[in-house]
Amino acid sequence: MEYAVLIYIDENQSDPGMTEAYTAYTQQLIDAGVMAGGRKLEGSPSATTVRVRDEEQLITDGPFAEAREQLGGFYLFECANLDEALKWASLCPGAKHGAIEVRPVAPQ
Amino acid sequence: MTDPLAAVFRAEHGRVLARLIGFLGDFDLAEEALSDAYVRAADRWRADGVPDNPAGWLITTARNSAIDRIRATRRLDARHAALAAEPVPEPVADDQLSLFFMCCHPALTRHAQVALTLRCLGGLSTMEVARLFLVGEATVAQRIVRAKRKIREAGIPFRVPGPDELPHRLPAVLSVVYLLFTEGYAATSGTALIKDELCDEAIRLARTLHRLMPSPEVAALLALLLLTDARRAARLADGRLVPLEEQDRGRWNRDLIDEGRRLVIGSAGPYAVQAAIAAVHDDAATPEDTDWDQIVRLYSRLAPSPMVELNRAIAVAMASSPDAGLRLLDEVRLDSHLLPAARADLLRRAGRGDEALAEYDRAIAMSANQVEREYLTRRRAEVATR
Repeated sequence: MEYAVLIYIDENQSDPGMTEAYTAYTQQLIDAGVMAGGRKLEGSPSATTVRVRDEEQLITDGPFAEAREQLGGFYLFECANLDEALKWASLCPGAKHGAIEVRPVAPQ
Repeated sequence: MTDPLAAVFRAEHGRVLARLIGFLGDFDLAEEALSDAYVRAADRWRADGVPDNPAGWLITTARNSAIDRIRATRRLDARHAALAAEPVPEPVADDQLSLFFMCCHPALTRHAQVALTLRCLGGLSTMEVARLFLVGEATVAQRIVRAKRKIREAGIPFRVPGPDELPHRLPAVLSVVYLLFTEGYAATSGTALIKDELCDEAIRLARTLHRLMPSPEVAALLALLLLTDARRAARLADGRLVPLEEQDRGRWNRDLIDEGRRLVIGSAGPYAVQAAIAAVHDDAATPEDTDWDQIVRLYSRLAPSPMVELNRAIAVAMASSPDAGLRLLDEVRLDSHLLPAARADLLRRAGRGDEALAEYDRAIAMSANQVEREYLTRRRAEVATR
């Protein structure tokens, strides 16, 4: 099964060792055959949200939801089941201070 | 349950369903096929009698029905064709454990875990689960449907977690069984104080779990339930709640106490400590013989929580003085009738009747259980007329 692994973090907390931690983690995912994709995102102030209502385009500055923890990046896992996906998600560096949402990808 | 066939179905449900899920690899199909088998069994068994191996009969019949169902929907692929050729194996212990872990998966809400466990492992109907938890049948049905959808869509596996995952996963299973028991032993709401059926079911599940996985934590939970359940019959007299110190100790079930005592070895976890506390109570021939100092020490070994602090305060009051207990209760923050009820009792013991009355009023207003309210009302009246 495929799982989207969404990493929510407090952007005001900076951790100098994070880049290295994510590089090592991503390598582990690749070695285990779990890695099916993923990217780090630019900070939420760079986000732009668009809605169309009555054919009118409404564009606002910032992310969809104002919250302390914002989507900072995502992975796509290929795992046998939820237990395996949760095991790998709990090893994600962001899990220690943020929250990781694990969502199954709908079959096409 | 008066229908003898229903009793057999219920007794076999958990292991039969578990074997079918393990065999078919499909939760919904297993449930559908098993209900077909029940319909067939109801006909055949009424005419020919219950077979020697009802579980085996149900598994074989359900397996055949599952294959028919697959054929009917033209889903019969290579794997399913292989199923038809395979001999039907006997119930496997791992299947039933897998079902426990699937029903109590932490990715499900506690409500869903409880409903699924009672339905799948206990063999209770949706209506029976609804009645036990005083919620509508539609609510329970919806919880089960949602939980099953989550199991399917999120890929919650049907398997026993590996040794590295077990410490994270076993607590949810244990706490579901514990919750079933406590809700049966002291119903939080409704007209009955004790729901015997729920207590019995929790004990049955705990025994099954212990047979399948005799780990120290499981043994400790089973011991706690047995040592507590031993006093169940004495908690009520003529439909009235009887507090521990007024119970007829001759009505305590010595067999359960002995069985529980033999189990308490090998764990220092919270269930083991609570089991030890229950054992201290069970050992006292009279209320005055209760080793309250030991109970205080045991409560100090539990991780602090409002309920633990409340019970420790009561134990301190019994070990030393009501005032010492009341001082500890001042620190407890708990939104339950149990807090004013404890304060009322300690104030009564301290001879502070006027203050006790106000606490009784508060406890009566907060309790949602009729038998408990009647008990508190009687106690209040005794204090008022002194």
